[in-house]
Amino acid sequence: MNAIDATLTQLQSSPSALNWYENGTSRIPFRVYTDAERHRKELEAFFYKNHWCYVGLEAEIPNVGDFKRTAIGERSVVMSRAEDGSVHVFENVCAHRGMQFCRERHGNRKDFVCPYHQWSYSLKGDLQGVPFIRGVKQDGKVNGGMPPDFKKEEHGLTKLRVATRGGVVFATFDHAMESFEDFVGEAVLHYFDRMFNGRKLKILGYNRQRIPGNWKLMQENIKDPYHPGLLHTWFVTFGLWRADNKAELKMDRHFRHAAMISTRGNAQAANEVSKVSSFKETMQLHDARFLDIVPEAWWNGPTAVMTTLFPSVILQQQVNSVSTRHIQPRGNGEFDFVWTHFGYEDDAPEMTERRLRQSNLFGPAGFVSADDGEVIELSQKGFEQKPDHRALAELGGRDVGDTDHMVTETLIRGMYAYWRKVMGE
Amino acid sequence: MSEQLETYFAVTQLHARYATVVDAKDWDAWCELFVDDCVYRIQPRENYERGFPLATLSFTSKGMLKDRAYGIRETLFHDPYYQRHVIGAPLILESSATHIDCESNYAVFRTKLSELSTVFNVGRYIDRIVRTPEGLRFQSRQCVYDSEMIPNSIIYPI
Repeated sequence: MNAIDATLTQLQSSPSALNWYENGTSRIPFRVYTDAERHRKELEAFFYKNHWCYVGLEAEIPNVGDFKRTAIGERSVVMSRAEDGSVHVFENVCAHRGMQFCRERHGNRKDFVCPYHQWSYSLKGDLQGVPFIRGVKQDGKVNGGMPPDFKKEEHGLTKLRVATRGGVVFATFDHAMESFEDFVGEAVLHYFDRMFNGRKLKILGYNRQRIPGNWKLMQENIKDPYHPGLLHTWFVTFGLWRADNKAELKMDRHFRHAAMISTRGNAQAANEVSKVSSFKETMQLHDARFLDIVPEAWWNGPTAVMTTLFPSVILQQQVNSVSTRHIQPRGNGEFDFVWTHFGYEDDAPEMTERRLRQSNLFGPAGFVSADDGEVIELSQKGFEQKPDHRALAELGGRDVGDTDHMVTETLIRGMYAYWRKVMGE
Repeated sequence: MSEQLETYFAVTQLHARYATVVDAKDWDAWCELFVDDCVYRIQPRENYERGFPLATLSFTSKGMLKDRAYGIRETLFHDPYYQRHVIGAPLILESSATHIDCESNYAVFRTKLSELSTVFNVGRYIDRIVRTPEGLRFQSRQCVYDSEMIPNSIIYPI
């Protein structure tokens, strides 16, 4: 076979096969972001199987009958609190004709009723009522009805397995998978517990944005300590982020989850380290209250810990601002990003004010987060126009491992090491 | 009646001025439409109606507005775009010698370079306007938006 024939054969057998440089993950083929078929495989492998996915906070459904509609991957689910106080998650698809019956996004009810044929479900997702189950009597005769062997208990909603920890609710369609704690792993669970240490949470509100880029780019954004001091010049200008901050990067044993842990320092003038051209040493805020930072006991030192739980959520502590950021894919080229800002029930009013003021830095319009969405959109555009090319993630080498500094893309390489193992490519 | 008409006219002119300066990206002029001790908020309708205090942006002084203007000009990377405000007739809820409370609907269209124009953000303004020697100024402008999804990001003031 000559070279041209060999190339043609290869192209025909797998038109979009991925080419990994040196069989590693330091160069990421653009096709992992651009292929619709590969995206559907990811949904099955990461969101619908073998992973605990974020659903919400218990504080969103404090009372019996409270519910919240949300999504796992691209499947609509409902989280509810039953009469016994337990939290349940079920799929928002009627067992009868498949209608997505729950349209309100939150509320309180005694049961869930599909409006199409009035099938009703308990707060746990069990089928309760089926109109005309025994037929309709007319002129001494019973018309219709369900077959005699129809059993309501066989036709409940699809129930998910639920795990709650520290007031955060996760669920999985996969009833056989490991515990939430084993899923997260000891190293990252430490930082999860730091933020959700048992204190009751107080919801401050939501921000919702639709980002036209592949969902993995948001995980990568929070696994990338290279960019904050360079893209987010606001951080640098006002002294909140510096490349020589004391920092650690930690992963679980599969490299899928990570924590970026950093502590603000005041050692040198920022421009000695950052080399950011737009940095203005003398720039002062007109209103310094944006950065009215008060250390809290639960921080135990670090001023910022950004935790990525693969695949569905990012946990944010940036000084006094805390939030969850929920990733909800919509095809390979777009995802919804839902921010839930919260505080703790024992926060003094001044601390609540402070968290709210600092939330101006984050979210879809935030002084430092708005540009993350922008670069993700423009990255996706670059991938789409050149799908056979690849991205580089070689800062700090080509291997994967925990570090005690920020000058590395090791967490991205780690995520793709895991991705390759699960996707088998 | 003539006093009411005068107020109505002055409020519509303030709204028109607001649209003109933000659509012209004249952020300094935008700041100057507010008094020093002002409030400017962009808040999802969901948070507003459920009583959640979080806003997408929440500024409580003209200094913060100036800091935003600096951020837009100097630090916030974004894909460049035009925006165009269309503001409905104000409903005057209260008018006194010192202030005016009013509400009006708005729609903001966004046009990115080489792209079609799209609906960017729709909602209503809830305003407290004060009478100053320099004319009407905003003491408080709350933009409560219906738009359930922010199309990626909001950089410029609504």
